[in-house]
Amino acid sequence: MSRTTEILLALAAAALVLLLAWAVPWLRFVLTIALAKGLAVLGILLLLRAGQVSFGHALFLAFAAYAVAFGASTIPEALILLPLAAIGAALLGLVIGLFVVRYREIFFGMLNLALSMVFYSLLEKFYAITHGTDGIRLPPITFAGQTLGSEAQGWAMLVLALVLALGFGALVRTYLASPMGQALAGIKTREARLEFMGASGRSVLLAAYVLSALMAGAGGAVLAMTSRHVTPALAYWTASGELVFIAILGGAGSVFGPFLGAVAYELTRVYAAALVADAWQMILGMVLLLVILFAPGGLWGMGRALLARRRAA
Amino acid sequence: MADWLSQNGLLLGLAALDGLSSAAAIFMVAVGLNLVFGVLRILNIAHGSLYAIGGYAAASLGLFLTARGLPAWMSLPALVVAAALVGVLLGPLIERLLLRRVEGQEPVLQLLVTFALFMVLEDLQKLVWGVQPVVSDTPVRLLGNVEVPFGADTIPFTAYQLFVLPGIALLTLVGLAWFLRRTLAGRMIVAVTEDREAARAMGIDAAKVTLLCFTAGAALAALGGALASPTASLVPGVGAQTIVLSFAVVATAGLGRVEGAAVTALLIGLGRAFAVYFEPELEVVVPYIIMVLVLLVRPQGLFGTPETRRI
Amino acid sequence: MVAEIVPPRASSQPDNASQLHSVTRRAALLGAAGIGSLALAGRAAQAQPAKPAEIKVGIATYLSGPASVFGVPGRQAAEMLFDELNEAGGIGGVKLRPIFVDEGPGVDHFVGEYRRLVQSENVNLIFAGISSADCLACAPLSDEMKRPTLLWDCGTQRVFEDGKYEYAFRPQANATPEVLSALLYLLRAKPDFRSIAVVNQDYAWGRDSWDIFRTGLQTLKPGVRVAAELFPRFGATDFSTEITRLLALRPDVVLSTTWGGDLDAFIRQSNDRRLFERSTFVLPLAESSLERVGKSLPAGHIIGARGDHWFLHPNPADPALLARFTENYRKRFNAYPIYSTHHMAQAVFAMKAAYEKALAAKGGGWPTDAELAAAFRGLEFPSLTGRIRIREDGQGLEDQLIGTTVNTDKYPFPVMTDMVVFPADTVTAPVGQKSLDWLKTLKPEMVQAMPQPVAFKP
Repeated sequence: MSRTTEILLALAAAALVLLLAWAVPWLRFVLTIALAKGLAVLGILLLLRAGQVSFGHALFLAFAAYAVAFGASTIPEALILLPLAAIGAALLGLVIGLFVVRYREIFFGMLNLALSMVFYSLLEKFYAITHGTDGIRLPPITFAGQTLGSEAQGWAMLVLALVLALGFGALVRTYLASPMGQALAGIKTREARLEFMGASGRSVLLAAYVLSALMAGAGGAVLAMTSRHVTPALAYWTASGELVFIAILGGAGSVFGPFLGAVAYELTRVYAAALVADAWQMILGMVLLLVILFAPGGLWGMGRALLARRRAA
Repeated sequence: MADWLSQNGLLLGLAALDGLSSAAAIFMVAVGLNLVFGVLRILNIAHGSLYAIGGYAAASLGLFLTARGLPAWMSLPALVVAAALVGVLLGPLIERLLLRRVEGQEPVLQLLVTFALFMVLEDLQKLVWGVQPVVSDTPVRLLGNVEVPFGADTIPFTAYQLFVLPGIALLTLVGLAWFLRRTLAGRMIVAVTEDREAARAMGIDAAKVTLLCFTAGAALAALGGALASPTASLVPGVGAQTIVLSFAVVATAGLGRVEGAAVTALLIGLGRAFAVYFEPELEVVVPYIIMVLVLLVRPQGLFGTPETRRI
Repeated sequence: MVAEIVPPRASSQPDNASQLHSVTRRAALLGAAGIGSLALAGRAAQAQPAKPAEIKVGIATYLSGPASVFGVPGRQAAEMLFDELNEAGGIGGVKLRPIFVDEGPGVDHFVGEYRRLVQSENVNLIFAGISSADCLACAPLSDEMKRPTLLWDCGTQRVFEDGKYEYAFRPQANATPEVLSALLYLLRAKPDFRSIAVVNQDYAWGRDSWDIFRTGLQTLKPGVRVAAELFPRFGATDFSTEITRLLALRPDVVLSTTWGGDLDAFIRQSNDRRLFERSTFVLPLAESSLERVGKSLPAGHIIGARGDHWFLHPNPADPALLARFTENYRKRFNAYPIYSTHHMAQAVFAMKAAYEKALAAKGGGWPTDAELAAAFRGLEFPSLTGRIRIREDGQGLEDQLIGTTVNTDKYPFPVMTDMVVFPADTVTAPVGQKSLDWLKTLKPEMVQAMPQPVAFKP
């Protein structure tokens, strides 16, 4: 797919999201959450290129969400909180990354899981500060200095999420095409070869890890400012599993995948919950099974295959 | 130090007893996952669901026996029977219908198949057994208590906790070790664990070994749940909580090592018990702390061998 | 049963859901059109209301996860009471329809569901929820979306102590009276106890309830030794280590506000190892576990029910109402109603009373959302056992029943004797005061002032 086509497609998709949010008011919230999770999934996708699955990336999302919740009382400005929280998550990503990039495959996945569960426990333990599972309600925040009504704030968050999605999408696209991105694929196939060429597998993975933490942090900040209530459940291992779920559902082949997957995931969940309130989980599980068994390229791969077939015909 | 020991020596003894029985339970939770991971290289997230289903099945069978007025001693073998049934019924089904179809694909896809299965089973289990806690405590009642001296006092422990759990865990450990080393089927499993391609080249039917192994793993998961069922109350969500613990054990133990799982379970069990006595707030994070510490020193896990680097 | 829950109207929904699997352009367009048609059903919150065709009530409850032990009975009670109301002609001649949503997936999903209920389903009221986090998140949302919301089961006292809301109300008590009454009962029943240990679940309720209990205890009976503070993992199934430690410590009293499967396991394991013989237990939520644990819970321990929810209440305001509810519920669901069913009944009765009050105030004209919300303030309505008043801050005033377990031949589980019904206003923090501050002002005389216990009458 050419670069121009991709840009056009991205803009068209963004317009579609805005149109949908305008036509169906309650979907605006769901779509913002989906885009926020999509940002975190973009990070998962990056690590997947290196063949590594993090089962604990919700840690960075939750960390940034809590950073926003705590920071909002002193700096109630979305456009400052967001970069601060995201950079905070990236720094945490650097510290943790220095430790976990020494490990591969199951150990990499499990260490991430363990650390996110430790963070989850800490949120519970420091009950006096975090209010445990009750969570923290965000105080009102301004947007570029403006105090917005709830309607306008909802739109502002959606547009912000869209801008971040487009920006980080383009960044990851460029990153993957760069030597750093190519080296990631090298970790997956034969890391030793990569090192014979003078590249350090660990630093390649660390760079991707920090970038992924940054994006998860941005997603977490958007999520917190949208739902305006944060709880430790954001860091539970199932939340991390959900991110990996979305990555595969959307398709790991393209930067469109995470967002396509996140929107599809959230919509499926909402509609499944509306149809059968007590078996939504089963429906989601079935959808995932079908995708893996019959369309391992995810929704994105499926769409491309359909397109290719039509062109061929 | 000496002062502290003389003051707390007795307590340490009690904590060690608690730690042992809790280690036995943790070992039973994780050993099946460990076996499956060793052979299939799939981290089976649905392991937690199999654990829960095993527990529910055992409790149902126990309640059925009691309702029929059958002798109480039958409730003990019923635990094992229920677990075996779950393993034999669900194991091959999952392996044939799902895992086989993603064999050779990317690990993340294999992992997610089991995640999807976990989600489906969570709701299915709710449809079958409902949401009210289920328990059948005949086995605990049947065996009664043991009084453990504690200074001038005595502390009652249930015989189930003190003997049955550790006993079965030990039997499982020894039995598995014997099976893997001394029987043909076991050696085939070990061969596949060590080097799948080479094992195939030697004429081992890897598909059969995989099926056998997954079934055994499922049955062990169910046995873990079944053994917990007489004291624990089974509720929705048990599976999700079980899985984190068993993951920590498997990663700490090293790939597919049964002895590793035993030692890790012992570390975690004792660590948790000591935490409850001396620093209760740490109890919840003990498994993770142990895992991180072990992996810092031995990146391949306690009993894992460093992988040879492929070029 | 599923057919009742699924709104038959929304025929476009299945199409939408199934088309999410494919992303052909045609399907996406169709899907968008379908979603759009849902949105067209919207109505402005403050439009001059005509009498609606039906009253739709969004009900958030746990249908998955450990808290479904309360959530599912809550839903069952709602189904039964909505059926009964509809058979009797509905409210003001309008039939009612509940729409259930699962709280299981967590707060961010729930906040989305809340918006969907308001903006897509156009519910007239929302009952939400069991989780305190969900209540804290949706109370501000109710004001923002201007939809009357009843916090039907959550316990946190922080909702109305830290915030002021126009549209959110709680038709039941909160954590403070629920825990304080158990403490008062303990001080009266066992005035000489010198040490206490706590075993609570490691999450907000476990910590909060211990904070309340400890603060009250330090004020009313300073000098009691806290032998151990244990917070096992939420969802723990094995308490054997905790029990060993308690057996060795021998505290006079063991407090646990644990619930659900955790509490069942804790009670069984404590009984197996005879911890009940060494310490007096105070279990403020044990009523909801009685039928399951049966006689594993011995006589002589203090239990409560988060309110005066008890099918053998010693002096209910309307004995026939309580007996009918208990009987009908048992017939339909084959279990004794637990406190969450009472809480649901209170939400339903409060809704009915508020509609009737608003209708009367308008001379029979249908109330707007704001008028309906205003009707809840100061509302008095019957519960299954007594009467409840919603204060000006939105908090309900509900009596508290605490008792001591006793075994009888009549029931296969322990029931309560020496029951004390605490009048709501004596154990609830006054309007505008924070619970923990108020608890520090309590006087020991209040223990003597509490009502006389009433014995179980076989």
